Amino acid sequence: MAKKKRKRFLWPADDAELSLLALPAFLWYVLFAYLPMFGIVIAFKNFKIKGNFITSIISSEWAGFANFRFLFSSADAGLAVRNTLGYNAIFIILGTALPVGFALMISQLHSSRAKKVFQTAMFMPYFLSWVVISAVVWAFLSYDHGLFNTLAESLGFSRSNWYMKKEYWPFILVFLNVWKNLGYGMVVYLAAIAGVDQAFYEAAVIDGATPWQQTWKITLPSIKTVIVLMFILSMGRVFYSDFGLFYQVPRDSNSLFTVTNTIDVMVYKSLKSATVGMASASALFQSVAGCVTILSANFLVRKVDPESAMI
Amino acid sequence: MQSKFNRISKVTNAAFFLFFTITSLICLAPLVFVASISLSSERSIQDLGYSMIPRVFSVEAYVFLSQQSAIILRALMVSAGVTVFGTLLGAILTTSIGYAISRPGYKLRGFLTWVVFIPMVFNGGLVSTYYINSNLLGLRDSFLALVLPLAVSSFNVVVAKTFFKSTIPESLIESAKLDGAGQIAIYARIALPLSLPVIAAISLFLSFSYWNDWFQSMLYIDDAKKLSLQALLTQIMANVDYLAKNAATMGISSSQLARSMPKEGARMAIAALIVIPIACAYPFFQKYFISGLTVGAVKG
Repeated sequence: MAKKKRKRFLWPADDAELSLLALPAFLWYVLFAYLPMFGIVIAFKNFKIKGNFITSIISSEWAGFANFRFLFSSADAGLAVRNTLGYNAIFIILGTALPVGFALMISQLHSSRAKKVFQTAMFMPYFLSWVVISAVVWAFLSYDHGLFNTLAESLGFSRSNWYMKKEYWPFILVFLNVWKNLGYGMVVYLAAIAGVDQAFYEAAVIDGATPWQQTWKITLPSIKTVIVLMFILSMGRVFYSDFGLFYQVPRDSNSLFTVTNTIDVMVYKSLKSATVGMASASALFQSVAGCVTILSANFLVRKVDPESAMI
Repeated sequence: MQSKFNRISKVTNAAFFLFFTITSLICLAPLVFVASISLSSERSIQDLGYSMIPRVFSVEAYVFLSQQSAIILRALMVSAGVTVFGTLLGAILTTSIGYAISRPGYKLRGFLTWVVFIPMVFNGGLVSTYYINSNLLGLRDSFLALVLPLAVSSFNVVVAKTFFKSTIPESLIESAKLDGAGQIAIYARIALPLSLPVIAAISLFLSFSYWNDWFQSMLYIDDAKKLSLQALLTQIMANVDYLAKNAATMGISSSQLARSMPKEGARMAIAALIVIPIACAYPFFQKYFISGLTVGAVKG
């Protein structure tokens, strides 16, 4: 309160009112974004709950880097990092190539109504939660009633327990991720394609260029910046994984552990199993690695297109 | 958009048309599948498995859900309430700080821009967030745990700021000031009414993230009475008898329920309850959604 009064004397009325406007959201940021940043200190503590969070932090002993030594000596952590980076590499490549290709194709369709209908249909999965998708996947893969097993049986094959066959799951997870995010990517690239100057195409047609040549020589080079940007931005998130995809969809099946254990899954599981030291160390590792990659990605964006950089 | 200058041949067009028809069907298939299972009789599912078209049509799953209104209706109310309240709160918080940092002469602009920016690149991580929210802020088993943590996202703030900065003419604000309006009045009476498209986009982002959220429930909610539809579906996916078990705590005989319950259908009927509002609403709101995404992609 006192602070606000002082503002009124020293500041123009405009600034005081703007500060008042910003205050609620500022408080939100303090509570829900900045407090947790200071809370990461528990990664260096032997954290035990005693009273509220602050008294617990104070009363817990310092552990130095013990939590991190414990984390990096465990086999699970290596697996989680490898899975997270591996899946993201595939997601980034397919998540760039397919939406670009699809957007190029759909923009060529003669009927603009068809374009709209297809785009709307393909945007649909983006709006479904992983819980719902997990239910849908279950309807395909469940042992007793799943569509795949029913079909397999009617074709003379035996039923299989899909939730225990880890050799299929990398493909299932990649498919689902691409399927869910395809519509989103297409929206971005279609907007870029719509922004290309039509005069280029007029000139190209006069010179006798085929649609194929126009796509390679005009459209793609024109949207190159957007592609590079989206690519780099997703590079910035290589240490993060979609928790719902890797935890909900495989139904936390133990047989699939080696192909579904990503950093986010590991953090959640160790949090729930109350191995707080390990959980907080891996969460901090993820935040720091994530920060470094996002900032490097941003640095690269600045090189490509300064206008689009975050800072 | 490619007009007459860049036309593909009729054959290619037909091939593309076929290709996208198939892709679209793959994208829509889950909706059909969920709807069809929820409309199949329990017997036919037990005997013949799930199928894309109901073998024996039945609304028993929905009849069952309506009988369980103590649980289902409650979850529906939680989901709807959290979505409405959260969207409202989020839209107000986002646009108010967005407007403040869009004003060029504002003294704290630089500072607040950093406040908004830093969480985009660094965060406290799940563990610390979890303890702060559940322990220090006391949000465990509170509806606020479902609302508050998702209310503001820096991406939305940047979208709002960019829009305010690029579409509200400075001269309009200046003339309002000459007429004696303060910044709060300008925000409420000029900036907001002129920014309906971006408010629509942000509200849509927010309402989808609230309606689709299950993670906050998984972290903070143990009380069965505070589960949202998504959280309820999570529970039922893990344990099909969940409804029957919890019915007892709500005063219904559980053994009787467990026998009569169309288990498979009920799961998918809940999924359908979640999906139907989205499937009906998003084709109409898609345009605002897309405009929000493209505003966000261009930084001002």
